Amino acid sequence: MKIVIDVLVIGGGNAALCAALMAREAGASVLMLEASPKAWRGGNSQHTRNLRCMHDAPQDVLVEAYPEEEYWQDLLKVTGGETSEHLARLVIRASSNCRDWMRRHGVRFQPPLSGALHVARTNAFFMGGGKALVNAYYRSAEALGVKVRYDTPVAEILLDQDRFVGVVTEAGETIKARAGVLAAGGFESNREWLREAWGRNDRGEWPADNFLIRGTRFNQGVLLKFMMNAGADTIGDPSQGHCVAIDARAPLYDGGICTRIDCVSLGVVVNRDGERFYDEGEDFWPKRYAIWGRLVAQQPDQIGYSIIDRKVVGRFMPPVFPGVTADSLPELALKLGLPADAFMHTLNRYNNACQPGSFNHTILDDCRTEGLAPAKTHWALPIDTPPFYGYALRPGITFTYLSLKVDDTAAVRFADKPSPNLFVAGEMMAGNVLGKGYTAGVGMSIGTAFGRIAGTQAAAAALGTANPRTV
Amino acid sequence: MAAIDNLMNLAAEAESALDANVAEVDRILHICNACRYCETFCAVFPAMTRRLDFNVADAHYLANLCHNCSACLYACQYAAPHEFGVNVPKTLAQVRRDTYVEYAFPRVLGMLYRRNGLTVAMAVSLGVAAFLIGTILLKGSVFVHGLEGEFYAIFPHNLLAVLFGSAFGFSILALSIGVARFWREVSEPGKPVPLPNALGEATRSVLTLKYLDGGHGDGCNNEDDAFTLWRRRFHHFTFYGFMLCFASTSLATLYHYLFAVEAPYPYLSLPVLLGTAGGIGLLIGPVGLFWLNLRRNPLQIDEAQRSMDRGFIALLFFVSLTGLALLVWRESAAMPLLLAVHLGFVMGFFLTLPYGKFAHGIFRCAALLKYAIEKRRPNPVQAGSE
Ligand SMILES: Cc1cc2nc3c(=O)[nH]c(=O)nc-3n(C[C@H](O)[C@H](O)[C@H](O)COP(=O)(O)OP(=O)(O)OC[C@H]3O[C@@H](n4cnc5c(N)ncnc54)[C@H](O)[C@@H]3O)c2cc1C
Ligand code: SF4
Ligand code: SF4
Repeated sequence: MKIVIDVLVIGGGNAALCAALMAREAGASVLMLEASPKAWRGGNSQHTRNLRCMHDAPQDVLVEAYPEEEYWQDLLKVTGGETSEHLARLVIRASSNCRDWMRRHGVRFQPPLSGALHVARTNAFFMGGGKALVNAYYRSAEALGVKVRYDTPVAEILLDQDRFVGVVTEAGETIKARAGVLAAGGFESNREWLREAWGRNDRGEWPADNFLIRGTRFNQGVLLKFMMNAGADTIGDPSQGHCVAIDARAPLYDGGICTRIDCVSLGVVVNRDGERFYDEGEDFWPKRYAIWGRLVAQQPDQIGYSIIDRKVVGRFMPPVFPGVTADSLPELALKLGLPADAFMHTLNRYNNACQPGSFNHTILDDCRTEGLAPAKTHWALPIDTPPFYGYALRPGITFTYLSLKVDDTAAVRFADKPSPNLFVAGEMMAGNVLGKGYTAGVGMSIGTAFGRIAGTQAAAAALGTANPRTV
Repeated sequence: MAAIDNLMNLAAEAESALDANVAEVDRILHICNACRYCETFCAVFPAMTRRLDFNVADAHYLANLCHNCSACLYACQYAAPHEFGVNVPKTLAQVRRDTYVEYAFPRVLGMLYRRNGLTVAMAVSLGVAAFLIGTILLKGSVFVHGLEGEFYAIFPHNLLAVLFGSAFGFSILALSIGVARFWREVSEPGKPVPLPNALGEATRSVLTLKYLDGGHGDGCNNEDDAFTLWRRRFHHFTFYGFMLCFASTSLATLYHYLFAVEAPYPYLSLPVLLGTAGGIGLLIGPVGLFWLNLRRNPLQIDEAQRSMDRGFIALLFFVSLTGLALLVWRESAAMPLLLAVHLGFVMGFFLTLPYGKFAHGIFRCAALLKYAIEKRRPNPVQAGSE
């Protein structure tokens, strides 16, 4: 079979699109294989909203400065050191100059909103969110002559030792190319694998059975598993990932951003047994929501209930579904199916422990509890003004971190040696930079930086041009 | 009796459609309010963030603030096939059609028009034209030589002034009543704001059609997720074409009454120049809008409104076409016929003006002004952000 394709890109999200565009710009012919139908294209990228960007001075939509060092320290802190400084700094620097390229391909950024200036310092928001970004990239790719095939999940990668030869699709078709880019996401949509990764807890439960998937249903991790079995080097722990507490009524897949419950820090959270289990007011919710997924996952039945009263309505992002409402706390317990006595015991103790202070949800205020374990350290107002609202919470998986190991060329590695023509980008390698934890917008920074590197490298490998080692 | 029953049915139909449409706005905007990815496309989303629930008045207000650019449809992560099935432009368009009926005066006419805009518009215009031709025929032939553009030899000026003046007057009155009711319902008491600033902003938004630029200047969507500025441009042709024609007619009225200078005016006179330029705009604009309308993705629109849209586009086009034809052949024997047909379309335009698509411009101006006012007040919802 004659090989007519220079670069085969597997996947259809941000990383795949960045790779395809760069490879095409470098003169390679490019075919993209996207598992999903066109209507669902773009994987998790269609649900994103922003990109974390380094900048030394105000830059169009970014205010003030967010220097490399500060970005790096932020990453270091959230990952607890489970990162590679070299690769992390590569991503950080790339984030400072990729936006003009993104704009050229039609991505538009939001002007800073008056109410959100503190995030306009670190993050550039996509106008219309990730789906608008993905649409723009697809339009640009097609205009440049990139071929796209939807409904084409890849089942196997054809390898000749460490050389990429082609792929076999789920339908059994073989497609060969001179170079390949893997950008098919993590395994977060694969419930079996999640079950296995999270294992069984002391209560005999399989916690992952109660997880919801915030993003696409198409990231089944087929190629991650295939490459692991083929001997590619990996990095990271399969139980690590981004896991947040979301509305328990969210759909199993693609609930996206709107299923968040932002009132946690303004009330209390109890578990199935009516007990509190963590300081709800530790920090601003945007800084804490990523730990609450795990906290809820550790509770019996993997469920929590955020309880608030009328006083704080309108003080948090409105939830997508209406809360369960009651005129008294016992009635609320009943409606939520919680043991009323235990619930009232928890709530009464909490209400009595609240110290007087001046409530202000926009700062770390001085409303806290005294003599309560766990304490609530900010925004602790007694929950005493009907109507009362309850929102059930479940862990929502955003994406998984188990990854193929890379160096700064994005090459897939076998026994610590880089493949000459197979590269990887996005979630499939994000764990190299993000071993655990998360800070908003870094997923897209990694995918954009490594997508672009992978595309450039794959084009060079396919066209036989000098290897343009980036760094 | 049957006719009354029919009207009652129409009213009941409109009522339940309104309820269903408002409920859908409330459902969808709860999702948007939790998501907010589209916050910078237009004014609808910032206005939404000032509310937690959406009642009938809110739905009318937001619906008329929406320019149907459809950026938020293609960008929506919850659009079908997602089970949430979010489609903001379609849902708001459905409510907009309700606005035209709800606030129409008298409402029955609004309901009739809602049913079948294109047919009603054409029937009224051609009916009036036929009537006028009939009156000419009573006096003799419709082809008369040697009139040299003497319009008033066919229909005396005063007759025309009374007929068209009262039709136009009625339409303006009906529209004003409708808009006043709309305004009363959507506006809410609040801290006074610097009105000149708000008015200035609203005027700018209207004159530049700011919200047809997609928020980024690339334009709006027509067939798919690609942006185009043509909808904005054709709207501009139409809008400014209309304004020029309006200026021409107003000026001619002044000439007539103030300076006793009677039509026909020379080709290079100001009323004719303005009218010609406006007329050309009113040919290009509607043709372009019709072309876009034919190609518009059905997902973006309320299909039931097609006939209303096209009725209005067709009226504008024919008013202009027959007007220009009259200008070109005003010295020929066909003048009386052309005049009758032109007047028929003008009358059709005037009579349907408060019930059709013309109203969209007026309600939109009102909504833009309300937006410019309310955004100058503190946001009652202090939701914070990320
Ligand atoms: C709700 C949500 C919000 C998020 N918000 C942000 C944010 O604001 N900022 C940020 O930086 N990050 C965010 N993230 C994380 C971000 O989505 C990811 O880091 C990023 O999108 C990864 O891009 P990717 O291209 O690697 O994966 P994806 O975008 O998921 O793309 C993977 C693609 O591969 C395809 N695919 C999968 N398997 C196969 C196969 N076998 N064959 C062919 N194709 C296949 C999929 O269909 C999909 O198109 C968010 C994630 C979620 C779920
Ligand atoms: S239209 Fe869709 S993407 Fe846009 S704000 Fe609404 S829910 Fe979010
Ligand atoms: S269609 Fe355009 S104007 Fe209407 S709500 Fe959506 S983005 Fe705004």
